[in-house]
Amino acid sequence: MVEGLYARIAKWTFVYPLLLVSSVVMLFPLAWTFSTSLKTAATVTLREVKLIPDPVQWSNYITIFEESPLILYTQNTMYMVVTSVIGGVVICALAGYAFARIAFPAREVLFYVLLSTMMLPHVVQIIPLFVIFDRMGLVGTFWPLIIPRLLGHNAFYIFLMRQFFRGIPLELSDAARMDGCTELGIWARIIMPNSKPVLAAVGIFSIQFAWNDFLSPLIYLGPKKELWTLALGLNAQKGFEGEITSLHKMMVISVYMIIPMLLVFAFGQKYMIEGVTFSGMKG
Amino acid sequence: MLTGMQRYLHRHRAKWVGFAFILPWILSALWFDLIPFVTNLYLSFTDYSVSTSTPDWLGFENYREILEIDPLFTKSLGNTVYYLVLGVPIRLVVAFAIAVLLNLRIHALGTFRTIFYIPSVVPLVAVSIIFFGMFNARYGIFNQLLILLDLPPVRWLTRPEWIKPAMIIMSTWGFGAQMVIFLAGLQGIPSELYEAAEMDGGSYWHQLFRITIPMVSPVIFFNLIIGIIGGFQVFASAYVLLGPGGGPLNAGLFYVLHIYNNAFSYFRLGYAAALSVVLFLIILFFTVIMVKTSDRWVYYGDT
Repeated sequence: MVEGLYARIAKWTFVYPLLLVSSVVMLFPLAWTFSTSLKTAATVTLREVKLIPDPVQWSNYITIFEESPLILYTQNTMYMVVTSVIGGVVICALAGYAFARIAFPAREVLFYVLLSTMMLPHVVQIIPLFVIFDRMGLVGTFWPLIIPRLLGHNAFYIFLMRQFFRGIPLELSDAARMDGCTELGIWARIIMPNSKPVLAAVGIFSIQFAWNDFLSPLIYLGPKKELWTLALGLNAQKGFEGEITSLHKMMVISVYMIIPMLLVFAFGQKYMIEGVTFSGMKG
Repeated sequence: MLTGMQRYLHRHRAKWVGFAFILPWILSALWFDLIPFVTNLYLSFTDYSVSTSTPDWLGFENYREILEIDPLFTKSLGNTVYYLVLGVPIRLVVAFAIAVLLNLRIHALGTFRTIFYIPSVVPLVAVSIIFFGMFNARYGIFNQLLILLDLPPVRWLTRPEWIKPAMIIMSTWGFGAQMVIFLAGLQGIPSELYEAAEMDGGSYWHQLFRITIPMVSPVIFFNLIIGIIGGFQVFASAYVLLGPGGGPLNAGLFYVLHIYNNAFSYFRLGYAAALSVVLFLIILFFTVIMVKTSDRWVYYGDT
């Protein structure tokens, strides 16, 4: 298909300018965040449009550690992230493999159960789960946040894994089975090494969801400040001071919270977009 | 010497090994899906409040209160529907329009795609905090820009009529994930279809409405359903931006905030459970309607 003159003109007069303007609009809130994070308590409330603050106060990024226990919050968040990744990449991969490749009684029925739990809105689980964990005396600990993750409680990840594993040639695993390899051995030696894209996608989603999660930490860790995650800490920065005069501090914490996710995105962009796309295509 | 049990296991090991692989999931599905679902139903018929009390059976009393007495039920449902009816289509149209532009075989496609996707990787709490700052009526950048353009400033977060538009603006910023899905759908349309249309002299707009949109209608459908289900459950962004009360006159009190307040501020867990059952039924109703009517407007190919 050769591009006509009309189409070329339309592109340069309409499409590119529009995309450029939209790009600026999209990036503006981030630029503003960074700019605000470098302001002082005095300049943060100036009514002006100024993207490069005067003075530029880099020390905000150091002094914030004296005012907010960010290291502790990050540590707590990492418990969520690590258990989430283990659950996603190991436990969900095991389940996904069984659904894809191992014949066992009631597999089809259980797969439908899996799909229907995927459709179940989270909102009907909030209250009863709280009641259950409350009765177990686990409210105010990490366990209500960690146990579901370690058990691979994510039907979507299992589904993603299953779809991917089904695409791996059967000959590979059949040959291993002939050599007396167990199912676990096949999973570990054949399936996992050949599934980098889906493992990466699930790993990235696990990191993201654990890092960003707000409702569950709020419910289970609420009064226990020493267990707070970054998301709770950032929200509290607004609540504690409430006033716009500490806006630069909120933005410093925001930047600290955003940068790891940008890094994850930078390194895993390909897998992430494939994963998002795949979820849309198969839906 | 083998016991009967061991012999049985040995003989049927191949059959049961699959269960071992999914055992954690079975446990989690029971513990975190099935038992909670049933418990939630049970709780919704009681006045359960805190772990030390014994819940009393109320019958349909909670449901009666929701439908006949609770003014905030109507309020929060109305707010949520407002947010959905405007927010979901706006985000969908923006995501689709940008995806269509990116699919015009342009230069720097990867760069543009990255830029539009980046807001989707910003943590939701950070998004809300950022927009909290930008929406500030006196110092926020939105109003400074409005003043620069000689337009009257807006009290985004303190005027009831502006709170939901502010929420919609904020959520539209994250259209990137949907855009990426659209883009993949667009790239999957066979080019022969367009070539055939060009032979017939079809204009670009003709192609857009006769080929592109019908061909990606399954993706539109998917994004729409996900958007609606997610929109009904909006919580974190509103909580951080507006606080649990949803701002002045409860203008930003969305349904899940109402559930949250009842459960964790007033400790009316039974009542909150009933609220969540009602929301579940509403979501189920919309999903069923959409799936049932989808064959009229979603094109799934000739097969």
